Amino acid sequence: MAKAQKGQTRVITGNAVGAYGAMLCRPEVVAAYPITPQSELAEQLAQFVSNGVLDAEYVEVEGENSAMNVALAASVAGARAFTATSSYGLVFMYDALQEASGFRTPVVMVNANRETPGIHAVSSGQQDMISARDTGWVQIIVENDQEILDQIIIAFRLAEDYNIQLPVMVNYDGFYLSYLAEAVEIPNIEDVDAFLAPLKKQPGRQKLVPGVSIGCGTHGMEMGYVEARYKHCQALERAKNKVDEIDKAFGDYFGRYYHGQIEEYRTDDADIIIVASGSATGTVRTVIDTKREAGIKVGLVKLRLFRPFPAERLIKALKGKKAIGVIDRSLCFGWKYGPICMELRALSPEIGPTPILSYIDGLANLDITVPHIGRVIDEVGAAAQGKPYQEVTWIPMEE
Amino acid sequence: MAARMLASAFVREGKSVASFPMYGFERRGAPVVAFTRVDEKPIREKTQIYNPDCLIVIDPGLLTLPTLFTGLKLESVFILNSPKKMVEQPDKNLKIGGVVNATQIAVDEIGRDIPNTCLLGAFAAATGWLKLQSILDCLPDYLSGDILERNIKSAGRGFREVEVTKW
Amino acid sequence: MVIKHKNIFKTESAWSNADEVLLCLDTGSWRTERPVLDKEKCNYCGLCALYCPPQCMKDMGDHYEADLAYCKGCGICATECPRKAFAMVPEGEFVDG
Repeated sequence: MAKAQKGQTRVITGNAVGAYGAMLCRPEVVAAYPITPQSELAEQLAQFVSNGVLDAEYVEVEGENSAMNVALAASVAGARAFTATSSYGLVFMYDALQEASGFRTPVVMVNANRETPGIHAVSSGQQDMISARDTGWVQIIVENDQEILDQIIIAFRLAEDYNIQLPVMVNYDGFYLSYLAEAVEIPNIEDVDAFLAPLKKQPGRQKLVPGVSIGCGTHGMEMGYVEARYKHCQALERAKNKVDEIDKAFGDYFGRYYHGQIEEYRTDDADIIIVASGSATGTVRTVIDTKREAGIKVGLVKLRLFRPFPAERLIKALKGKKAIGVIDRSLCFGWKYGPICMELRALSPEIGPTPILSYIDGLANLDITVPHIGRVIDEVGAAAQGKPYQEVTWIPMEE
Repeated sequence: MAARMLASAFVREGKSVASFPMYGFERRGAPVVAFTRVDEKPIREKTQIYNPDCLIVIDPGLLTLPTLFTGLKLESVFILNSPKKMVEQPDKNLKIGGVVNATQIAVDEIGRDIPNTCLLGAFAAATGWLKLQSILDCLPDYLSGDILERNIKSAGRGFREVEVTKW
Repeated sequence: MVIKHKNIFKTESAWSNADEVLLCLDTGSWRTERPVLDKEKCNYCGLCALYCPPQCMKDMGDHYEADLAYCKGCGICATECPRKAFAMVPEGEFVDG
């Protein structure tokens, strides 16, 4: 496949980038309700539609529950649908989220991570994404503005793949990425069309047909329910390799590679590994470079795919390492570990008897700072040498 | 918005930039802090800035804030919007101070107290890290028509009229 | 794992033919009484069809009748009918022998 042309470079915020990403994929139905920190995205999309840049049905809904219901219904009718939300909005559409995945609709949604209800918070945190873990969606987490745009394009290609047919959620940190202005390369729409063109060559998925008596996902009875759920879970399993495959195809075509389910940074000869996700990953890279210069053999595993959990690639990356530190930007209620750490610990039998240290930091717009990461690396290093260590640390509580 | 214009201007000069604001509820008049990083190479850090090389204060009322200068690097720069002159060195870490009555200039040129573009011009003059032309060239990305012309004038006046003190 | 189950759904997502195997319940067997229409009183206004929860009122051209395969005997048609044209009659009356 030939390579894409160079796109236009613009300095825009993460939200605006999200709107561009969606627009370039030509969704037919958009239903998004504004909510901090995503409002600009919903507004920009509405602008694209009213300017004629995007030829889509923009449905003004009165809330996020309706937004997801509109998107999934449009998808069941065969349309390419897009929506965007955050925290309270994500929680408001909780039942519709599960219908979207249960009906196997290839809806793409962007979620600007923000803390969930409980303590009223208008600040960054991954709790909303965690609270939607079991909704059956594919969930991707991004590190910077360019990745937001690129992953939206990849999300449509993944969601609508005939062997996948699952809704995909692209998560980016509210405030840190949603309002972050960076230079971003906006691909040409013709190149995006070409990248999504393979979808047209596959068999069409079933959709509603006017006048024909068919229904989807009605009344799961006994084995019908079990079969549908089994197929859903199998599709999620297949999504793992598919993410690697599409990511590579994206890199081959557009020149930007993200390495699929996880990215490994300086892990080959590393003794200790830091596992992180989202915008904090950028900061972790900087600290790792500094520590490496001081002779510490540390590497980063950036978790990109959260659901399905990239078990196989994680095992391969972490097996044989001397200690692992996991930085969670959220909580796992009912477990003392952070959620990503808790899930990683499920792989302990395959990884080996490696100390896994859980760090909870970066809640409510409090930074995961350079000194914090330095401390994490030091403590994980000590654990690797057999010194005593603290299994779980809430960094903000210790300051 | 000013932080984004600054980002655009630096990108025009071939630098890498990452700029983001921190605020809570989205409403007009809410207090805002904006952080901008500039570098030759791509910027990976996504944290707030604790040790700035430069501090730009748009609201002179903030001078009463006791933590305003906390964390400033040695030999850093301070740009202030104020009708008064900068009499003494506000903090020992500062090397360069630039003061300009951006509110007045904005009211004169734009007709409203939006001192942002004026302060960008002052920043360019006081630090020398950015050419005025780069700022003026990126303004059309954000503004157009009459309001663009007025902001161009405001930025130019900020550049020329800022009073720079070196300590 | 050895799978013995034979797929019910032909598609990846749970689509089924509404006329044949749409997974729906035999709600007609839930009934303990059924609506019986006095055709003299009926003016074909259609309110019974509008209110019927399982939407099982059949349009007979000049009146409506409940589809007994699905009618649950809830009696809402009888309550809503402005002409009180329906009588709710216990199922026992219709069992032979």
